[in-house]
Amino acid sequence: MGSVGAKEVPVLLTPDGRRIDGRTLDELRPIRIEAGALHQADGSAFVEWGANKVMAAVYGPREVHPRHLQQNNKAVIQCRYNMAAFSVDERKRPGLDRRSQEISKVIAEAFESVVFAEEYPRTSIDIYIEVLQANAGTRCAGLVAASVALADAGIPMVDLLPAVAVGKVGGAIALDLRKEEDNYGEADLPMALVPQSGRLVLLQMEGHMTEEELARSLDLGVQGCRTIYEKMKAALRERYAVGPPAGGAA
Amino acid sequence: MSGEVTAEILTTHILDLAAEGKRLDGRTPDEYRRITVEPGFVVSADGSALVRLGDTAVLAGIKLEPGKPFPDTPNAGVLSTNAELIPLSNPTFEPGPPQPGAIEVSRVVDRAIRAAETIDLTRLCVTPSEKCWTCFTDVHVLDHSGNLIDASLLAAVTALAHATVPAKRFGIAEADYPLEVQHFPIECTFVRLGDTIVVDPTFDEEQAAQGRLTVATDETGRIVAMQKGLVGAFSPDDVKEIVGRAFVHGERLRAFARGGSA
Repeated sequence: MGSVGAKEVPVLLTPDGRRIDGRTLDELRPIRIEAGALHQADGSAFVEWGANKVMAAVYGPREVHPRHLQQNNKAVIQCRYNMAAFSVDERKRPGLDRRSQEISKVIAEAFESVVFAEEYPRTSIDIYIEVLQANAGTRCAGLVAASVALADAGIPMVDLLPAVAVGKVGGAIALDLRKEEDNYGEADLPMALVPQSGRLVLLQMEGHMTEEELARSLDLGVQGCRTIYEKMKAALRERYAVGPPAGGAA
Repeated sequence: MSGEVTAEILTTHILDLAAEGKRLDGRTPDEYRRITVEPGFVVSADGSALVRLGDTAVLAGIKLEPGKPFPDTPNAGVLSTNAELIPLSNPTFEPGPPQPGAIEVSRVVDRAIRAAETIDLTRLCVTPSEKCWTCFTDVHVLDHSGNLIDASLLAAVTALAHATVPAKRFGIAEADYPLEVQHFPIECTFVRLGDTIVVDPTFDEEQAAQGRLTVATDETGRIVAMQKGLVGAFSPDDVKEIVGRAFVHGERLRAFARGGSA
């Protein structure tokens, strides 16, 4: 590893199994989820995940634009994943590049697998994900934000969709890569889980892994998703839970 | 559709209230919504600020990159201001190329920054005719509940005032240094509702408005930019009154850009 490029590879893993930010191999970065962060959207959520900041909004079910995408038997689910120009080190030119379009597509397909789209024929459910500050794992953070935003919008779904990336750094399988680990690590494997069925609806992989490493990565990712699932539910509960009757103590 | 019917009833109601000097959210005609300013919201930017104006939220981010001066200004750096009215921010926005509304916001904000000489561009020159800094200001509208121009310029100026030139990262100097802001332009936007002129319109008030006027002032008492928008008209006396009110509000808003905190 580290043979490409002149830049020195940082030490990604200490001998006692600590990572560049002091985490253990199976430890997530801190995650904060806020449901209902915007006023105009039908549903929204803001996710701070390590040094990622991602906003998601959902509009719909509403009329389909462009019209020719309309389906007579179900709602179409459209997703736009976009990065702010200032979200990365080198300014990114505004607008959707090929990477953003691919991510938009796989996220839309992940949600098509869980949303009861047949309940809303001839409509569109539009998901907008804006990455405001990026530090690896933005598609997973975007998926989590969008999933909470869909619930906030009252869209019926089989389940929420927690997501996380597992990777290989310094030869070890590690949960939830940060930027240095993503840049210099050996593999990256983002996934999204339907907790009720235990099935994956988003899965991508880039790098090198053995069959045994992949098996362990999947187990670690599913375990990470289940932790994130609890945080997603807690965020929705915080927004919608009805408190104890007012004046109980008075 | 029912949406249009609701809009018409709402418009009538807004105009009826305005005739009595009242507004839908209980403000007086000369009152801004609650303002909060959060500089440094995005650490990946060289400067940033999240501004909330009532339910409107905009995020401005600054990025500085080495570039080449324009041939006609060999001793000056380059400024670029861009506003994105992303479809996340409002149900009426569609994905696609920038709409005229977004272009107007970009240009009106850019004009105030430029005309007020917010940044001394000669200080952004590294080697005349060869190397300079290009300063990108990107405004990301997150929640569009009206008056994007005021919120966007306030966010942009706050972000510039808190920005750092990444000279070390690009190997141009030994250390990074603060980007100096020499003037603080502030834009104040007014709309006409019947015979009443109200400041800081909400989205619904903009829909009902019979003309919009934005006035940019700086801390030295100069008017540095203006823009009349939407269908409608103002008399010269209206304009004079608006300018007077813009100076008063401008001074209060400027404190947010300087201090950066509510």
